[in-house]
This record gives sequence, C-alpha cells and structure tokens, in this order.
Amino acid sequence: METEKQVCVVIGASHGGVNFAFSLRKEGWEARIILVDADPELPYHRPPLSKAFLTKPEGIENYLLKPKASYEKQGIELVLGQKVAKIDKANNNILLENGESLKYDKLVLSTGARPFIPAIEGLILSNNTFALRTAEDVNKIRAAVSEKQGSKVIIIGGGYIGLEIAASLKKLGCDVNILEREERVLARVTSSEMSSYFNQLHEENGVIIHTNKNVTSITKEKSHNTVVCADGSTFTADIIIVGVGIKVNKELAEDIGLKIENGISVNEFVQTSEKDIYAIGDCTFHFNPHYGRYVRLESVQNAVEQGKTAAAAICGRKVPFNIIPWFWSDQFDVKLQMVGLSEGYTEVLIREEEPHKRSAWYFKDDELLSVDAVNNAKAYVLGTKLIKEGLKVNKANLMNLSEPLNLQTLTTR
Amino acid sequence: MAKITFITSDEEKITVEAESGSVMELAVENDIQGIDGDCGGVCSCATCHVHVLPEFVEKIGEASEIEKDMLELDDHANEFSRLSCQISISPELDGVVLRVAN
Repeated sequence: METEKQVCVVIGASHGGVNFAFSLRKEGWEARIILVDADPELPYHRPPLSKAFLTKPEGIENYLLKPKASYEKQGIELVLGQKVAKIDKANNNILLENGESLKYDKLVLSTGARPFIPAIEGLILSNNTFALRTAEDVNKIRAAVSEKQGSKVIIIGGGYIGLEIAASLKKLGCDVNILEREERVLARVTSSEMSSYFNQLHEENGVIIHTNKNVTSITKEKSHNTVVCADGSTFTADIIIVGVGIKVNKELAEDIGLKIENGISVNEFVQTSEKDIYAIGDCTFHFNPHYGRYVRLESVQNAVEQGKTAAAAICGRKVPFNIIPWFWSDQFDVKLQMVGLSEGYTEVLIREEEPHKRSAWYFKDDELLSVDAVNNAKAYVLGTKLIKEGLKVNKANLMNLSEPLNLQTLTTR
Repeated sequence: MAKITFITSDEEKITVEAESGSVMELAVENDIQGIDGDCGGVCSCATCHVHVLPEFVEKIGEASEIEKDMLELDDHANEFSRLSCQISISPELDGVVLRVAN
C-alpha cells in the first residue's frame, strides 16, 4: 500500500476524530496518524459531561473514549493541549500555536463546535459564569457549586443542554431556575407536546422554568449577580450557566477557502471541497439521503459514523454516508431517545402508556419522520425500524393503548 | 477479581480481568473487536452486543426490559443476547465466556 510514507493529521480528538483514527487503522492505513486537540485531557465521552459526570466527584479518566494504551498499540499519536493556529494548504502543513508544524498528506477536520456566548451586557464579567462543552468546564462548575450549599443557579437557555444541567445541578442540591427566551423549552428541537412534558418533569423535580424571558443584562454584585430580563424581571444568581446553542468551529476551514454553508460542506464521502481534506462530526453540513436534504447534526452517532465513512474513503473504499439520525438525553430518571428528523412534520401523535412512559410520533402526512420516546425503548426501536424500512404506520393502532406496541400491530392494514 | 473471556467474530479468544465496572468498559479497555460502546454505557446505542454462552446464562442473568427492547435493533439478537454495558463485573462472573455479536 502506498500509504506507508503518508501522514494523516486529524484536528479535533473527540468522538469523531478518535473513532476516525481507529477506523483508519482498521481500514489498513499503515502510516502515521496524528490527532491534535486543544483539550489537554485524553479524549473522553462528551454526553456524560452534563449528566453523570457533573453530579459525581470523579475524574474524567472514568469516561475515556479509549485507554491510553490503545493509542500506543495502534500507533495513533496524540498531540493534546495544542491549538491549531492555521492550515497552510499550499504546503500541506498544520501550524500549531506553539510554533510547531505538522505535515499532512490527508487532513481530517473534526473541529466540532463551541458554545455560543450571546452579547448580553455584563455577561462575560459576571461572577461564576460558565458554558459547558469540556471536562474543564464541568470541573469549574462543580467547584463553584461546592463553594456554597444550595447555590442559586440561573441557566440561560432551555434546550437539551440547559435541561440536562438543570437536572444534574438540582440533584446536587442547587436552587435552579431556567430562563428561556421562547414561549416554551426545547422550542427549536421538539413539539410543544414534548416541551410541556419536560416542563412538567422539571417542575415536579423542583426546577423553576421561566419562559418568554429575554436576558438583557447582568450586573455583578459583590458575591452574586443580578440577571435582568427585557420585561424588567430580575433574578439573583450565584452561578450563571449559558446554554443557548453552539457556533461551528469552521474558521480554520474558512481561512483556506473550503466551501462553507451551515457548517463545513462535505460530499457523500465526507470529503470537503478540497480533495485531501475531509470533515466529520458536528462541524459538517452534509446530505442525508433518507430525508433528501442537507443537514448539520450535533450527535455522537453522526461523528462516529462520519469518522468511519472518512476512514474507508481515504483507504479507497468509498461507501456513501447514510444514517437515520438518533440522539438521547437523560434528565432525572427519564431517558429520552429520539430517532429521525422531525422537521417538516404535519402531524404528531402522542402515545401515553404511563405518565413517565410515552412516545411522540411525527408524520409528514403518512410518512413517519421521527419518534421521541420517553422511558420507552420499544417505541424508539420500532420507530427506527419503521423509518428505515419506510413502512406505513397504522395510526389507529398506534393510538389504541389496548393494542401492544409491536411491528405487527403498527403495520397491519 | 473476575476473568472474562471474549470470542470475537474471527474466533480469537481473549481473556481479560477486572474487579469492577461494566463488561463493555472492560472490552473497550482491551480493544475487543466488535464492542464499541459509542454511547458510553447508558443503554442507548446497542453497539456492545454479546451472546452469552449457554452455560453462563444463569450466572450473568437476564436483560432488563429496556435492554431487551434495545437488543431488537440488532438483527443478530437471540435468547443469549445481552448489552455488555449493562453487565456489572463482580467476582461471581469469574470464568464466563461471551461471544461478540458483531
């Protein structure tokens, strides 16, 4: 194989980059593989950051994607704690901020995203203000929380990250309030039916949710902050957590003129507009064949699978990227599993088996687009199969609680 | 301490040991081919599927309801299937043999 003398450099060593590197080895790449990341920690699982890891006094070493020995065994070099300053495309070089450079033959961008910090007056200067994306962020939040019993926490943003953090900090005994700008939590990502369910779940567990609250400024007091909203209401906060969405880390790609849309544009083999540069994970804008449109997804599955697609393509095995997206979230004792993309739905059917066991089925006319399942893995699995196979769902049976949830009842005509 | 043996799809037998944690974590730590554990062990992805050898089924126990449901995602599932992230390692598991499903 002519890969012997080549070097593959990966910028970003999280779910995408790490899985790519191991897949590349498996596909037969014999030469150097170098993973670069600004994070100094050995690569770790990110979803637990806002969930289990936030609530337990333990180190991130319990959440590693792979043990250190695996990288050594597979000859995958790690350059951690180093930021990439720029890509020198003309010379196939990566320049690190510490002045070193790395030559590449193939380059993979798994740069992910960073928290979006809104332009709220006083936000950056306020006491104990955090976003959550890395293990270090969590360590800081845990330290701030442990400073004072029953800390008053204001979470700006009622999306999945905000709700997960709220549930975790409530478990730690904090006094938690969520300020959501829209009229309901999860407004951009789910139906109003699911929003009300999660709203109720949080209120039952003592989290207070305030909707239609547009935070306009924050005043730093001696030991706390005062959060001011557009309607004049004010909230006291020892700790502020910002969870209002992300910004794609696309600057490195942009600087070298790669095609950018809502993320770094890639083709079905996750190749960018430059033939030796691939991009994977949260940062990519890619085509989803099942839904027939371009999307940008923030998920572990997307990062892992695009990593596999890139590894195969680089080794000459071209398999088009094709997934039915799935996601999960854990809040209090509730496990939410989602499959498919609901955007463009015309009807949502809610099957409520028990107060905390239910599923939301999203249709575009007769086509099942997606399923949100609460403590209901059966609904999630059936949804996955029905969406994958494009099977028509018997909606009457779906809504009839005396009919069991199975493939047969859901597909009988 | 429990010694656990994995048989991979290419019939490689690997015996490793641990005191605690889940079987999935043990497999990932030891690079057992076919066990990915993409979701980190929260029973959300079904990428840590194993078949328990019949003689050890009783020792390892049955899958929970959510686990059984998740297993249905995988065409290779059968009565001996478990998601290894849901099997906790304890001294009682010493000597068990698991066949990696994928």
